[in-house]
Amino acid sequence: MSYVAIKGGKAAIDGAAATTDYLRCKGGLQEPLTLAMIEEQLRLLTSRVVSEGGLYHPRLAALALKQFQGDTLEAAFALRAYRSTKPRLLESPVQDTANMRCIRRISSAFKEVPGGQYLGATYDYALRLLQLDLANEDPAAFKAVAKSFLQDTPDSEVPDNFPKVIDALRAEGLLPPVAPSRAAAFDITRDPLVFPVPRSAALATMARAETGGLLAMAYSNMRGYGDVHPTVAELRVGYLPVMLPHPVTGELMEAGEVLVTECEVVAMYEGTNGDELPTFTLGYGACFGHNEVKAISMAILDRALQKGMQDGPTNPSEDPEFVLLHVDGVDSMGFASHYKMPHYVTFQSDMDRLRTTQQKMKEQDTEETA
Amino acid sequence: MNAHYELPLEDAGYSFGFLDEYAKKEVRRCILKAISIPGYQTPYASREMPMGRGFGTGGLQLTLSLIGEDDTLKVIDQGSDDSVNAVNLRQFVQLTCPGVDVTEKTQEATLIQSRHRIPEKMLTEEQILVLQVPYPDALVVVEPSEARRKVMHGEADYSRLLVKLYEDVVRFDEITISHRYPTRINGHYVIDPSPIPRWDVPRLHQSPALVLLGAGREKKIYAVPPYTVAEPLVFDDIAFRVEDFRDANGQRIACRCCGSTVSFLDELIDDAGNITHQCSDSTYCEEQQETISARKRA
Repeated sequence: MSYVAIKGGKAAIDGAAATTDYLRCKGGLQEPLTLAMIEEQLRLLTSRVVSEGGLYHPRLAALALKQFQGDTLEAAFALRAYRSTKPRLLESPVQDTANMRCIRRISSAFKEVPGGQYLGATYDYALRLLQLDLANEDPAAFKAVAKSFLQDTPDSEVPDNFPKVIDALRAEGLLPPVAPSRAAAFDITRDPLVFPVPRSAALATMARAETGGLLAMAYSNMRGYGDVHPTVAELRVGYLPVMLPHPVTGELMEAGEVLVTECEVVAMYEGTNGDELPTFTLGYGACFGHNEVKAISMAILDRALQKGMQDGPTNPSEDPEFVLLHVDGVDSMGFASHYKMPHYVTFQSDMDRLRTTQQKMKEQDTEETA
Repeated sequence: MNAHYELPLEDAGYSFGFLDEYAKKEVRRCILKAISIPGYQTPYASREMPMGRGFGTGGLQLTLSLIGEDDTLKVIDQGSDDSVNAVNLRQFVQLTCPGVDVTEKTQEATLIQSRHRIPEKMLTEEQILVLQVPYPDALVVVEPSEARRKVMHGEADYSRLLVKLYEDVVRFDEITISHRYPTRINGHYVIDPSPIPRWDVPRLHQSPALVLLGAGREKKIYAVPPYTVAEPLVFDDIAFRVEDFRDANGQRIACRCCGSTVSFLDELIDDAGNITHQCSDSTYCEEQQETISARKRA
């Protein structure tokens, strides 16, 4: 008997784990990767994992990346599973991103904005030519880069924080004022999405969505399955102080800071009810880490979904159910992977149906020719 | 990140049942609601588990929320206790629930988690069967929008599903649904009974054991409470039919190991291309074989 699939399951799993770990350690290398190396030198990879994992813990994200050999879906997944073991301690108040310690902020709406444009760290205008001297990088030169950069940049040159561009647009009456009453934010980790869902549920879902999935949905809207036509009012990346109530006094205090990417897109105005003047409309995107493409995609989809929620969707990217139930990396990768598991029983059942149908059709043919 | 920060290494040990207590309590509340409204898909905030969505995370959350130190657990996949996924889930429960006994014997288990099968041996009132569910909604074959399906369920409007069955009969002279057969519970909600074969569907009807169904990715829990009516959706003049295991001569095929002619069979193809059959429920098959050898010895 060669068919032994239903015995030896444990041995097979143990063997698979050993083989996977061998692949992580092979190659005759002297040193394993340190978590600090991953966190610092692969910072955008770490950013992606904290964002998709929905847990701001760059060190654990680095560990997950090491453990899962660079697979972002698996690494984000491990952070989510870790999160499942932790209780929710409190609900944080609304955090003001005007207090962000920016490492970069730009606006494509105005040549000059209050506080100025700061390009910061970006590949946007880098030539994508392979930098071959990095292939065998000299450790001394590597260290010198960081040292000389900091020496050449006096602290005083960079402001602590910047005003928000959309506040200027609001002051001019080009954007509607912030709605005064805010319902408590929907917590997607404690409540399932039952449609229709509030905008806060959509924003939370997209904030930890898989980057590629979110980009594909947003790109469909950009190309013409939708008509947001956004202008980036502001994109900022930086460290946001997290203000939490003191356990005893209840006074807000800074508990730490998280690296966040935030993007506001402004889209054209729509008709209004009654006497109100028309204003531009806003799409909002924000996520943990430095993930600009994700924040922009999210902002465009937020605007598209608001339209869908109001007028009914006319494109996939405007349909809250279609977008929000299909952008989660942990859900989608898990289900794609599950098809690798045994499906003997269901396939047996499928064969039964096909054979019975074939048999019946053969009998019909025989009857007709007779 | 703070350069002096150290990973909380001592924190790596997990609490009993992996999930935090609030999460388990929430799942148990949803279970109560699901039992109270038989067949209704109760939404819940499904947590991420350390195995893939689609690998039984819904069933696992039910199991972990219900299990206590005095429980005996059986985990099967495709009818087998030794299938890779069953081994994986069982090991995880053993790791995170110290003191819990595991068994392969159906009658010894207080809690049975299964994917794609209901054990051949009749379950009892003392047992809970947890089924893993990929698609919780039987209406998904006719309506992709969850919001619209919810309304259809509320109104017990299954007309489009019946039209699908009717069209099958017209086109193929057979209902083509092989597994996940739509089943009406307590005269109202139609459920997707999870990808069990049609063979197992009649065993949901008036089952002495509580049957809980958990869909982790789709974030739903539903139940077939003990002694509840469970009827596969059919027409008055077209009977519900389970899988047919007869050969070309109309003879019921027997299991090659235990000789049973009353169990669900797996079809196996050997290197020479010969087709043989064997019980899908491996524990049932072993017990049949033991009975036969005991009889021979006597």
